[in-house]
This record gives sequence, C-alpha cells and structure tokens, in this order.
Amino acid sequence: MTTFDTGQKIAPRASFFNDPVIRGIIYQIVVATLLIGFILWIIGNTAANLAAQNKTTGFDFLWRTAGFDISFSLLPWTRASYYWEAFLVGLLNTLLVAVIGIFFATILGFTIGIARLSSNFIISSLATIYVELIRNIPLLLQLFFWYFAVLKAMPAVRDAIQLPFDTFISQRGIMVPKPLPDEQFVFVWIGLALAIVTVIALRYWAKKRLEATGKRFPVFLTSIVILLGLTSLVYVISGASVSFELPVLERFNFRGGLQLPPEFVALAFGLTIYTASFIAETVRAGILAVNKGQTEAAQSLGLKENDRLRLVIVPQAMRVIVPPLTSQYLNLTKNSSLGAAIGYPELVNVFAGTSLNQTGRAIECIAITMAVYLIFSLLTSAIMNWYNGRVRLVER
Amino acid sequence: MTDIGYVRSDIVDARPAPNRTSGPVAWMRTNLFSTPFDTVLTVLGILFLLWVVPPLYGFFFGNAVGPNGTVEECRMINAGACWAYISSEMEFFIYGFYDIPEQWRPNIVFALGALLLTPLLIPRMPFKRTNIVLFLVIYPILSYFLLAGGVFGLKVIPTEKWGGLLVTLIISVIGITLSFPLGIILALGRQSQMPIIKTVCVGFIELIRAVPLITILFMASIMLPLFMPQGTTVDKFLRALVGVTLFTSAYMAEVVRGGLQAIPRGQYEAAESLGMGYWQRMWFIILPQALKHVIPGIVNSFIALFKDTSLVYIVGMKDLLEAVKTKNDSALEWQSANTATTGYLFAAMVFWVFCFGMSRYSIYMENRLNTGYKR
Amino acid sequence: MSQPSETTVERSINTSHMQISQTDVAIDVINMHKWYGDFHVLRDINLRVMSGERIVIAGPSGSGKSTLIRCVNRLEEHQEGQIIVNGTELTADLKRIDDVRREVGMVFQHFNLFPHLTILQNLTLAPIWVRGTPKAEAEATAMHYLERVKIPEQAHKFPGQLSGGQQQRVAIARSLCMQPKIMLFDEPTSALDPEMVKEVLEVMISLAEEGMTMICVTHEMGFARQVANRVIFMDQGQIIEQNEPEAFFSNPQHERTKLFLSQILH
Ligand SMILES: Nc1ncnc2c1ncn2[C@@H]1O[C@H](COP(=O)(O)OP(=O)(O)OP(=O)(O)O)[C@@H](O)[C@H]1O
Ligand SMILES: [Mg+2]
Repeated sequence: MTTFDTGQKIAPRASFFNDPVIRGIIYQIVVATLLIGFILWIIGNTAANLAAQNKTTGFDFLWRTAGFDISFSLLPWTRASYYWEAFLVGLLNTLLVAVIGIFFATILGFTIGIARLSSNFIISSLATIYVELIRNIPLLLQLFFWYFAVLKAMPAVRDAIQLPFDTFISQRGIMVPKPLPDEQFVFVWIGLALAIVTVIALRYWAKKRLEATGKRFPVFLTSIVILLGLTSLVYVISGASVSFELPVLERFNFRGGLQLPPEFVALAFGLTIYTASFIAETVRAGILAVNKGQTEAAQSLGLKENDRLRLVIVPQAMRVIVPPLTSQYLNLTKNSSLGAAIGYPELVNVFAGTSLNQTGRAIECIAITMAVYLIFSLLTSAIMNWYNGRVRLVER
Repeated sequence: MTDIGYVRSDIVDARPAPNRTSGPVAWMRTNLFSTPFDTVLTVLGILFLLWVVPPLYGFFFGNAVGPNGTVEECRMINAGACWAYISSEMEFFIYGFYDIPEQWRPNIVFALGALLLTPLLIPRMPFKRTNIVLFLVIYPILSYFLLAGGVFGLKVIPTEKWGGLLVTLIISVIGITLSFPLGIILALGRQSQMPIIKTVCVGFIELIRAVPLITILFMASIMLPLFMPQGTTVDKFLRALVGVTLFTSAYMAEVVRGGLQAIPRGQYEAAESLGMGYWQRMWFIILPQALKHVIPGIVNSFIALFKDTSLVYIVGMKDLLEAVKTKNDSALEWQSANTATTGYLFAAMVFWVFCFGMSRYSIYMENRLNTGYKR
Repeated sequence: MSQPSETTVERSINTSHMQISQTDVAIDVINMHKWYGDFHVLRDINLRVMSGERIVIAGPSGSGKSTLIRCVNRLEEHQEGQIIVNGTELTADLKRIDDVRREVGMVFQHFNLFPHLTILQNLTLAPIWVRGTPKAEAEATAMHYLERVKIPEQAHKFPGQLSGGQQQRVAIARSLCMQPKIMLFDEPTSALDPEMVKEVLEVMISLAEEGMTMICVTHEMGFARQVANRVIFMDQGQIIEQNEPEAFFSNPQHERTKLFLSQILH
C-alpha cells in the first residue's frame, strides 16, 4: 500500500518528474536495466555452473547418434538414429495423438454439449454428470487411472481378451487386424478423390439451381450415395482388394496385426474424455448464446426445423464456439505432453526427457521443445485472428 | 364475438391447469416422452443406467471391502473397492513422510486454513480486507514456519518429507497467494502505455501460456539450479512452487485483463480528474471493480491450479496423486486386483470435492454479482 | 406516459376505403385457454378477426397480449379451445403449423433480424427456402419491399449497422416478402426512440391502407384511433372489453378499462 505515495512525494520537489512522459521513460529505463541485469546475472551463473560441470553448449548434438530405444515410432527408428530424428519421432507422436484426440473429442464434445441442452431429463442429466465429473478431476490422475488401473490390469498376453473382428486386449495394449491394401488399391483412393470432387461440384450445382429455379435438391443424401457408391464401384471394377493381417496369439506374444500400445491408447482415450467435457461446455454456451428471438423469427417465417438450424442457429452459434474450441484443441495438444508420465514417447518425453538426460544439453532441449509449442500457439492464434476477422458481426 | 362493443361481465378466475401441464404425468410427458424420438432416448438412457449403475454400486458399496476389512477380503474374487487399503494408508496420503509425532503441526495448518477461509467465502462477513491479508499473507508464512520448523524449538522437518494432501493444499494455497498479485501486475503491465514494460509483460504471458506446464516444471527442476549462483541448492518444494506460480500468474493476468477491459473509460477518466496518481487510481477505483467482475474467471484459474498441482511429481514432490501412486506400486502387503483402482478413485474423489466445491462457489458468486448489476 | 397520439402520426387516413370489404374469417379463437405450468395466463379467449380487419390489443404489462398473438402462429401452444387461422386449425400437427406460419407474418419488439446475414439475405432467406422462389425473383421482391419501407440503399449492410427504426422496417419488409395474409405486431415501436416510432408507424399505416389483416399489440393510442377497426383491452389473461376506437376511448365501460385509459392517456 505504500507504493502509490511515490508520485506525490516527488511532485512538489521537481516538476520535471511530474511530466508523465519523462516519468514513463524513467520507469522503463529502471525496468529494462533491472531485467537486463537479471538476465545477465542468470547467464553468468549458468555459464559458471556449466563450466564447473565441464559441460559444453550448442546444437551439434542433434547430429549425434541417440543410442536409445523408442517404443513407438511412426518413422523408422533404430539405436543408430540421430537426435534430430528423435525430435521428429517425438513431434510426430505428439501430433498423432493430438489429431486423434481432437477428432474424437470434437465428436464426443459436440454430442454431449447438445445432449446437455436436450429437453429429455435423463439425457441432459447424464450429460451434466459427465461434464461435472470429468472436468473436476486432474487429467494426469485420469491418465494414471486408464493406464495403470485399467489397461495395465488387463490380462497378460496369453490370456488376452478377444473382441469381435480379431481384436485383442491385453496388458500390451490393443491388437487390431492390419489392413494390407494391394497395388490396385490406388484406384480406390483415386475413386474416393473423384467422389469428393463430384460432391463438391454437386453442392455448387444444387446451390445454383436453387437460386435459379427455387427447386431444392437432396444434397446430403446424394452426397452419401456418391461417396459410398462411386468408391465401392471403383473397388469392384479395379479388382482391388485389402487383405487383413490378423493378429495371431502365439506362446508369449502376438504375431502380425497392428499393435496399439497401452500408453498410446490410454493417452488418446484420456485426452478425448477430458477435452470432450470442456468442448461440451463450449458448445452449450455457444448454442445458448444465440438469442431465443432468432429461433422465433425463423419459425414465424415458416422455416422448418432443419433449415432453421442450418441457416440461422448453427452459423451464429459457430461464431461463438470456434474461438474457444480452437483453444481447447491447443490445450489438448499441450496436455498430450502428460503422455510423458505414462511413458508415451511424445515430444517432451523423447526430447526434453530422454535426449536431455543423455546429452545434458538442458537449455537447448527445453528451448527447442518450448519453441515447438510456441509455434503451435502462434499458428493457431494467427488462424483465429483471420477467422474472427472474417466472421465478425458487423456492428455500428 | 363479431359484435363490436363487448364488455366482460364475469371475470374468469384462474383455475389449475388441466393435467396436461402440471403434475408428475405432465412432467414425464414433457421431459421424457414428448416425441417418439424422445421416448427412444429415454428408453436408451434407462437401459444405460441399468447397465452401469448396478455394477458401480456393487463396486463402490455392495461388494466393497469396508475400511476395517482385511487384504484377504480384498483379494477375493468379485471383491469390489478395497477401502481398507485407503483407511490403512490414510496417514501417508495426507501427510506423506511427515514425522508422525509432529503431525499436529499440519493439523493446525489445516484447521487454521479452514478457519480463515470460511469467513472469506461468505459475502456478508465483515472485515474482508483484514481477512484477505490474514489468509493470503500471514497464513502462508505462519504455515511455512510451523511445517518446516526450526523456530520456537520446533523440530526441523525438511520439505522432502512433506507429502500427500498436505503438499497439494500447501502448493495450491501458496501458488494462489503468489500468482494472484503477480497476475495483476502482469495484467496492468500489459495495459501499460510504456512500450518496454508492455512488451516484457506480453512476451512473458504469451510464452507461458503457449507451453505446457510440464515443460515449465522441467525447466524449474533442471534449469533453475543452473541459473542460481554456484553452490546454491534450490529446494524441490521451492522449484515446484516457482513453476506452478509462474504458470498460473500468466493465466491469471489474462483473466484480470478481461476485467480491466470491461471497466468503462469514464471510470478511468473520473479517477484521473480527481487528481489521483496511477497506483491510487488502480488500487481504489479500477481494480476493485475489475476483480469483482472476473471472480468466476479467477476461481476457474484456481481450479486449474489445484488440478495442476498433480504435476509436481516432476520435480520430485509427493503430492496426493504421487503419494497414492507410490503406495499403489509399492504397498505389496495390500496388493490385490482392485488396489490401484481404489487408490486412484480415492484421489479422484478428493480432487473432485475440492474442484467441484470451487466451481459451485464461482457460480454462486456469479449469480450474486449478476443480480447486483441488475438492481 | 404522455399521449403518443396524432402528434406522432400526423397524416390522417382516408378511412372510406378501409371498411371491411370481405366477410371471410381470417382468425377464429374459440374458448381458448393457456397455462404456463400452473399459471393460467390466457383465460377463455374468444376472438374473431375478419379478413382485412385491423385489431389493436392494449392492456397492462403481463396481461397476456404477447402470449395471445404468439398463440396465433403457434410460437406458444394452447391447451384448451380452438385457434383456426385461414381455415386451418392449429394442433400439434407440424404440417398445419407450417401452413399457418407461411401465411402469417410476425414483427417482434426487438426486431430479431438475423445478424449474420445482410439485409437482402434476411429478406430473401424465407422466400428461397420456404417458398422455393428463384433467387433473382426473391431479390427483386425484397428490393420492392425495401423501397416500400424506404431503405433500399441499406440492402447490402448488416443489421448491426442500422438504426432501430430502420431495423424494424427491415423486419416488417422481411415478413412482407413472404406475402402473408395476416400480420401480427408485438409492440413493434416500444423499443424505439420517439423519432423512429413515426417512421415505423407510417409503414404500418400504409399496410393498413392496403387492406392487410393486422393484429397489433401496441401502446400507440394515436395509431389505434386512426387505423383500428376494433380495440381490444386485455387484463389478467382475458378480454375485458372491445369496441370501435372512438367508442372505446371516449366511453369505456369497464372499470379496469377506465383505469387503464386514465393512466395511459393522462
Ligand atoms: N415462458 C413463460 N413461462 C412462464 N410465464 C411466462 C412466460 N412468458 C410469459 N409469462 C408470463 O405470462 C404473463 C403474460 O405475459 P405476456 O408476455 O403475454 O404479457 P404482455 O401482456 O405481453 O406484457 P408486456 O406488455 O409487458 O409485454 C406474464 O405474467 C408473464 O410473466
Ligand atoms: Mg409483450
């Protein structure tokens, strides 16, 4: 409470200090000096500490062989791989779990957010319980629960639980059949791409026709028919085939199939469940933010429920939902770093953890790791600024 | 009624709604069976409840082993939660390795905290400012000396021995105490006209908010010792505290900034026209209004901080979650199929009670403030 | 409250061509009751509106005026009695509701324009998606009505950029674009500044001159005097008194009407 006296004490003595501009400059000089001094002090200490420990600095270690194992990698990884490859493996693993988490959390979150607004008492209560339960428990605790209490408590490999479609659950995670598309399968991808282009063209045509003649076209149903129909037609004609390599239980382990390690499953699952509860709140708030009068106006114009939602409610709700939704996506990406606590080899684990310990290059490793997240964040806010500028409601 | 010129002679008295709009049947009709689709949802909902509730009940109560049970009962097939494990390890979950004869000290800290916090949360209680100062300044200092010892002939208990709920609560309370003023300063700095100060604050806030807490804790754990003069050792507890506080203060700054932006320009101008200096304007006029505006946001930051304390295991502190995990992994005498599950569920319940309580409180305050503005 | 009578609406209307020419019933409300939960909000409402008739509903706040006209296009559901609009009885049947809503336009106190669409898009939305009018035609109609409400130059702006009076005129034009047979107005001027009230009332008067069937909830007694065939006074959810405007204002019968008029006129 004493700080604010300063201005008054100085004032009577010299009017020079009373000039807000000059005072501002003085303040800034003081702060800048203190800050620079502090940084120099830290640099000095760090240099002395590093020298005492005989440690070197620099990014040259990136081109040294890492020499450790990574349990789960999208890129080919051996002990002879370099540290920069370890960085890439970690980054890709982070992105993989983030993308999958975002996909499922969005679906689950929107479902639950809409369910919370349901007029059905049971459905809205269940959704409320979900949200209040999940978002009030730390994510790390939930990850521990899924990983240690659920997945690690699964039976050992030889007693793996068999689910439909040759899927197995055991302590080692989930084994699923591995799709092995043959060479003709390229045509199916081409067919799919073609179908997507057709659907886009169809939507455009339907819009133009509506504007010209007022006739409506069942775009949604036709799109689905085209997507499924065209793709399967190509599949049949080209003679492409997918065989599945089924996981086969042998004595001590599975042979074949695709293994989803328990760390990955627990992290993707935990992130999805946790983030969905926040997305649900975002969605609910967005829908509630659309004035009730909007629905009534649309009703009184004779718009049917579907059109009302599609043309009036959803476009307005999405403006409110999208910005916080993106920040939830960013949160999920940042939270995926908790994978380090259950041994999922994502960026923090591989790079700020193992690589740092092996090389001792603490500053470099942490700086690179933080820089990655900073770039994610800057990219997201750039996209958001663009989006907000585009959809902002024009006001007087 | 086509004849123009009509005067009602008999006033129609209100009568109760026909059964269709009130009573349990009507309630069910509108809330459970209003459309065929609604009915399907209701049936699905009930089936879902029938599917999950009985097993959950069985696990938590029906087949659970009570607090006085034995490990043999927990190991039986079909046994539910092993509450006996929780009750036998409760001391560890609450105090960690804190010396048993000295546990009265944390107890006093808990009691004092409750005593100071309760009147703070009740809006009608007087002496708010004194109370705030007591809780946010005196209490943490007092608690620290009481817990750490070394003064008044109290036995020294190093922070390595602190653990469990004690650590979770202490880090939360001190984290809140420190991050709150720091957040306000950062927010004011961000609003400042002075380019250097503004840049520094914006840079700090945005950097911290961009990275996950885990990297900040890594930094506190690995780099803080490097930053200090040679030979200084930084206490683990302090590392955790620095990490959590810096992290929360950046989020707090954004919340406070929202409040500052909601204050109409007229308030700034009025304060200025009264001849108040910058700090006077902020302290007496702007901040009280701005902070009131964003109490819900502040409480949400505190909830986030409370949940985030579960990450301090990274710097080697044994908070509640880490204490539970340690016991789950190491208490061989309690090993059973459901031991780990029970442990995590217990921790989850503790965290949930605190966080849910805080969120209810924030909703309560929000409603109170809303009505305050309407009047 | 001061009397917002002829001072606001200076133009006097030639009432000769405004006599009800047709004899078909536009709206028929028969023994209608409505409850909100246990609150008996509308009690024993009987009201027949002929085509081309213009009704003004007045009454104290909370008397159920809004609720009554919202029942007419089923924004609210009634529990007893019948509401028949253009020969279609309103029931839970969605098809009938759609049929009725297509023929009944509604103007709200707070305009309820769609803020994410331009004025022109606001006006063409329903014609395109409900009536299946080609876009060019819908836009031509929209421009026609915008000219009628005297703001064609605003067509490509967004609602947020318009004044309250302009927004309300857009809202009226939006309803007119659906070429409704009946227009409902729920206090269309009470959210407006006095100078904007006039521009909105002028539009409503010109609609009346063309013989539109209208039900207006309004406190503009000047408007009621000039335009209405009938004034209806509601209190506590019931129709207390109705009469031709002259008789209603100069010679109210019921005690409550007298009280209300004394409060609103002096
Ligand atoms: N959705 C609702 N749920 C419960 N009660 C309602 C609801 N809408 C209105 N009411 C109540 O019904 C009564 C009539 O409301 P209504 O809006 O029809 O009044 P009004 O005559 O239009 O008043 P005003 O002149 O203030 O607009 C009021 O007492 C109101 O509180
Ligand atoms: Mg009303």
